[in-house]
Amino acid sequence: MASNDLLTVQHLSTTFETPAGSVKAVDDVSLSLKAGSTMGLVGESGSGKTVLSRSIMRLITAGGATTTGSVLYRGEELLTKSSKEMQALWGAEMAMVFQDPMTSLNPVVRIGRQMIEHVQHHLGLSKADAVDAAVSLLRSAQIPEAEARLQAYPHELSGGMRQRVCIAIALACGPNMLFADEPTTALDVTVQHQILNLLAEQQRERNMTMILVTHDLGVVAGRTDEIAVMYAGRIVEKAPTDTLFASMRHPYTEALLRAIPKIDDPKQTKLSAIIGRPPDLINPPSGCAFSPRCPYVQPKCREEAPTLTPGESAGHEFACWNPVGSPEAEQAWQQNLEGGLLQTLAAAGKATATEEGATPVPVAANEAAQ
Amino acid sequence: MSDAFPQLETIPIPVATATEEVSASRFGWFRDMPILVKLSTGWLFLVVFGAIYAKLDESVFGGALPLQDPNLQTNNFNAETGEFGTGEPLEGPSASHWLGTDAIARDTFARLVHGAWVSLIVASVSATFGVVVGGLVGSLVGFVRGRFETVAMAVIDVILAFPALVLLLALVSIFEVRSLGLISFVIGVLSIPAYTRVARANSLAISNREFVLAAQAIGTRRRQILFREIIPNVLPTLLAYAMVAAAFVVVVEGTLSFLGLSVQLPQSTWGNMINQARRDLKVDISQVVWPSLALTLTVLALNQVGDYFQRRGAVRQSSL
Repeated sequence: MASNDLLTVQHLSTTFETPAGSVKAVDDVSLSLKAGSTMGLVGESGSGKTVLSRSIMRLITAGGATTTGSVLYRGEELLTKSSKEMQALWGAEMAMVFQDPMTSLNPVVRIGRQMIEHVQHHLGLSKADAVDAAVSLLRSAQIPEAEARLQAYPHELSGGMRQRVCIAIALACGPNMLFADEPTTALDVTVQHQILNLLAEQQRERNMTMILVTHDLGVVAGRTDEIAVMYAGRIVEKAPTDTLFASMRHPYTEALLRAIPKIDDPKQTKLSAIIGRPPDLINPPSGCAFSPRCPYVQPKCREEAPTLTPGESAGHEFACWNPVGSPEAEQAWQQNLEGGLLQTLAAAGKATATEEGATPVPVAANEAAQ
Repeated sequence: MSDAFPQLETIPIPVATATEEVSASRFGWFRDMPILVKLSTGWLFLVVFGAIYAKLDESVFGGALPLQDPNLQTNNFNAETGEFGTGEPLEGPSASHWLGTDAIARDTFARLVHGAWVSLIVASVSATFGVVVGGLVGSLVGFVRGRFETVAMAVIDVILAFPALVLLLALVSIFEVRSLGLISFVIGVLSIPAYTRVARANSLAISNREFVLAAQAIGTRRRQILFREIIPNVLPTLLAYAMVAAAFVVVVEGTLSFLGLSVQLPQSTWGNMINQARRDLKVDISQVVWPSLALTLTVLALNQVGDYFQRRGAVRQSSL
């Protein structure tokens, strides 16, 4: 643990008690972030990305949730702070941009009032100064006619505009740490690009540290220093962005990347999906949580869960027995293919992945598609 | 594949012009009202205006409208003029007495209009009590949760479990002075629990909405979250409920005065008018009909308007 880390998370676990049993939404996660850096947190729905970021910020409001481990922010432990003490940090030190701008603004209060009261209270400004501050915040979030927008209700703005307002509000008190929880999921692709650029620009200007949560590897590719891939509440692979894309080692990361359709694929290429569903976190599969869906699965994977171990290049860690590119994985792939394992067939394009399993594609149809 | 949707580009996209937008925002709310709601609103305005006019007739309006004295027996001997009045008991409608006269020759129309004052005060006092006290407690309890909620809701449930009318009867008979203030106060306190429950239910739902979490994430104080995020969202539903609840309260007051337990006579109320006319039902049914009609129409109108606002509130929430 280097001393210039802004945020250090160690062995963080969050468990929800439900009538059906306890759900380990975040399981023994450790990570650290240097001031001014950006980390991408990637994983499919239900992999614990949102719970992790909310656990770090102490924003889990549901009853029956327990968080254990340690979160050090500037060397201070956050998990033992009272909610009063956290209140001083929220907004001023750490802020969050939420997934859905449709629901994260109060529908019955004008934009201006939502911003001004907040700025006024936190920065101790007069009403007139707070209005000026709100206008300049909206301008910096590239909202045209900022003064007029102060009078608007959230429903009068488009989704992209609302997300800009949310970003402006989150940045109002100059936080050092920003959690962007899937900030572009509810927006269409062109707006997505603008919002991400806005976030990156604001981050640069303010020298903020950012955690960008997303399920889209494409979103984090050019905008992060480091990427952590989450699966079933655990980090399964973590590496500097360049390293990750150059030599990913975890089969799940590979599967995520394969699921992105490529522009130069031939026409009518079948979309590659990951077979099956994310595991049930109440009764997680034994061994590696990804084993029921992994094309490289070996008997060992089903028995023993791998832990994060450092790879060859600096900062690269992954949790896998048969990492992609290793001779073991090569061998496992061949073996599974010959054995007719559905998930391997699906990954090889010889079967269609579905949520329940896979249906083998007739050879003729498969050839016709090529 | 693109051939499958050839008509897509030819569909004209409706473009709202500037004038349309202005008219929609300024008068749209009235234009969009169903005719029944418009009529109901009109009737309620009429009742409120009548009640206020009747109360302030002499002091403010100086008898600008020819509303008669509700307590004058029009067949009485008048000492000043030395003549008997021209009125008679149980007259039919005429130009001088629009809705006729009651059993002791008082002008029914005047009594009806004056009676509206009682209904108005009772309804608005109970709505104010409910919205302010019930709304505040309910919103707070739904937001804070925990042990405080358990205790507060237990108290509310106890009050709610009391049969309101029986309790009212008991209280009104204990306090022998039966002023409008006391009646309104008792009914007001008794209507708090229902408002509390409505406010709490809404507050619970709104506390879990993401914008509350978002407010928390930027360090908003809890008191501010309650007053800025929760209460403005609870209020529309609560006001819509107040309309419907007011209708119920008007009936409760009517019941009390029918039983002779509301305000002191000779102050007219719709309930005691029905009670007094009941005795002459065989002779003249119209004296029961008028106050009953006023009561029915008012309750109906309050329900219509209340439902309308509830629907509108629901639309606004779901469109976001």
